[in-house]
Amino acid sequence: MQLMDSSHSNPMSLCSQADSQRTLYPYVTGTSVIGVKYKDGILMAADMGGSYGSTLRYKSVERMKPIGKHSLLGASGEISDFQEILHYLDELILYDNMWDDGNSLGPKEVHSYLTRVMYNRRNKFNPLWNSLVLGGVKNGQKYLGTVSMIGVHFEDNHVATGFGNHLARPILRDEWHEDLSFEDGVKLLEKCMRVLLYRDRSAVNKLQIAKITEEGVTISQPYSLKTFWGFSAFQNPTVGAEGSW
Amino acid sequence: MQRKVALKITTTLCTKNGCLDAGTIERVQSLAFLIPQAFVANTQRSLHWFLRLRSSSIFQVCVMSKAVVDVPPKGGFSFDLCRRNEMLSKKGVQTPPFRKTGTTIVGLVFQDGVILGADTRATEGPIVCDKNCEKIHYMAPNIYCCGAGTAADTEAVTDMVSSQLQLHRYHTGRESRVVTALTLLKSHLFSYQGYVQAALVLGGVDCTGPHLHTIYPHGSTDTLPFATMGSGSLAAMAVFESKYHEGLTREEGINLVSEAICSGIFNDLGSGSNVDVCVITKGHKEYLRNHQLPNPRTYVSAKGYSFPKPIEVLLTKVTPLKEKVEVIEGGDAMEE
Repeated sequence: MQLMDSSHSNPMSLCSQADSQRTLYPYVTGTSVIGVKYKDGILMAADMGGSYGSTLRYKSVERMKPIGKHSLLGASGEISDFQEILHYLDELILYDNMWDDGNSLGPKEVHSYLTRVMYNRRNKFNPLWNSLVLGGVKNGQKYLGTVSMIGVHFEDNHVATGFGNHLARPILRDEWHEDLSFEDGVKLLEKCMRVLLYRDRSAVNKLQIAKITEEGVTISQPYSLKTFWGFSAFQNPTVGAEGSW
Repeated sequence: MQRKVALKITTTLCTKNGCLDAGTIERVQSLAFLIPQAFVANTQRSLHWFLRLRSSSIFQVCVMSKAVVDVPPKGGFSFDLCRRNEMLSKKGVQTPPFRKTGTTIVGLVFQDGVILGADTRATEGPIVCDKNCEKIHYMAPNIYCCGAGTAADTEAVTDMVSSQLQLHRYHTGRESRVVTALTLLKSHLFSYQGYVQAALVLGGVDCTGPHLHTIYPHGSTDTLPFATMGSGSLAAMAVFESKYHEGLTREEGINLVSEAICSGIFNDLGSGSNVDVCVITKGHKEYLRNHQLPNPRTYVSAKGYSFPKPIEVLLTKVTPLKEKVEVIEGGDAMEE
């Protein structure tokens, strides 16, 4: 009885409640993630910054996580939505393990699942505000794919999210080739991350590199890149024109 | 009691351009505003007389007249046509798209001087309107400027400052300095508050050494060892940030510039076609137009084209038409 009363008396508030529960804009965001295929599997790099608008609020956010036995997920965008996605994937992997049939979900399957989730949420106008990079190896097959917040998904030899699309993809298109060794792959990723560090305002100089091979996932300890600021033009930009800037 | 000039009389004056219609002044409770159209001086006087007749109070009528009257031109942007543009767009008339250069332009300082580079695509919205335009503009024998943004703005601004520099050279009897061009460009762009959408990379070598500057549409400038502008600037900057170092040789510099422009051409939709390079050193410059052509026309039929056999010509007959006008040879020359 009471319930009926409340629902009759304020139909307007019901509508407004539904409205305020959609994602309208992101709050705590992570910047770009880059992934490349190399000889033994996939290499992925992401920095550890979580920005709250224009403040660098969190500096130890792990934006790459292993999923099951065969996949590695990196995310940029809203951190809370990333944690929600990890929760969904946890459940997915749990149910898969409960089957106990000797089979396990590979990266292609997880990618497909994520695509469906992201696209469905977008159709309800309540997106998970993330751009995801999913990489993995199963039965010798390497797989690297990406899903955006509206459900755009594709698979490629090298992917990047956010600013990485504009700054890192050109370098990767030029310099990536089949069967990169581990050292070459890391050097290539570090080159891209350095450019991002110089030119992306929400980047931090604390990054992790993750690798996934047939054996399993390894996520490195956080470390920072060396930067160079010693150009002579930076030392004295107004030489020849005293008083200008 | 204040009478104000009504909208009605304003539009009448505007459309007839100088002819003063006896429109009524309505009592409108709005502020006196600028009559934003120009009209001839005697119309101005008659307007004053007309309005004074109809009202007892004195009020201001501001007018802006064109070249017929000796009024010194006010600098900066004139917002004359904004109201009319708004009215037109409300009626559904779309503004024609600007011809933008949607570009990749770069510059870098190497050991002997400055190297500038640019792509050659000019776009009008989604269409490529010029496949091989020139974006590296001449400023002085020792100074060149690449331009991105609205093509008309970059051309006009660089032309204007180039002429000013030449006059300055005649006046002083010395080679132009890069900072002179920089100051002329930045003060012009600033006075137009960003409405002149020209983003420039200015480079040159003068008596004080090699200089490279970027100039943004609002008038701010940077002095840099390497610079990129335009829609492809991020792709080109990625190449520069990873590969630039001090003390490049000429070959290394040209290769790096070409690589950066190619990165812009292949990774940005607003840039394309060919690579232009300009190398400026002390006392010498080299403008390498179409230094690289990485987008050749590939799908040309190797066998050539064969056309069906034409119809045979059986008979040829020429009939001159009767001339209506008699042409007199050696008649009077056209009068000026």
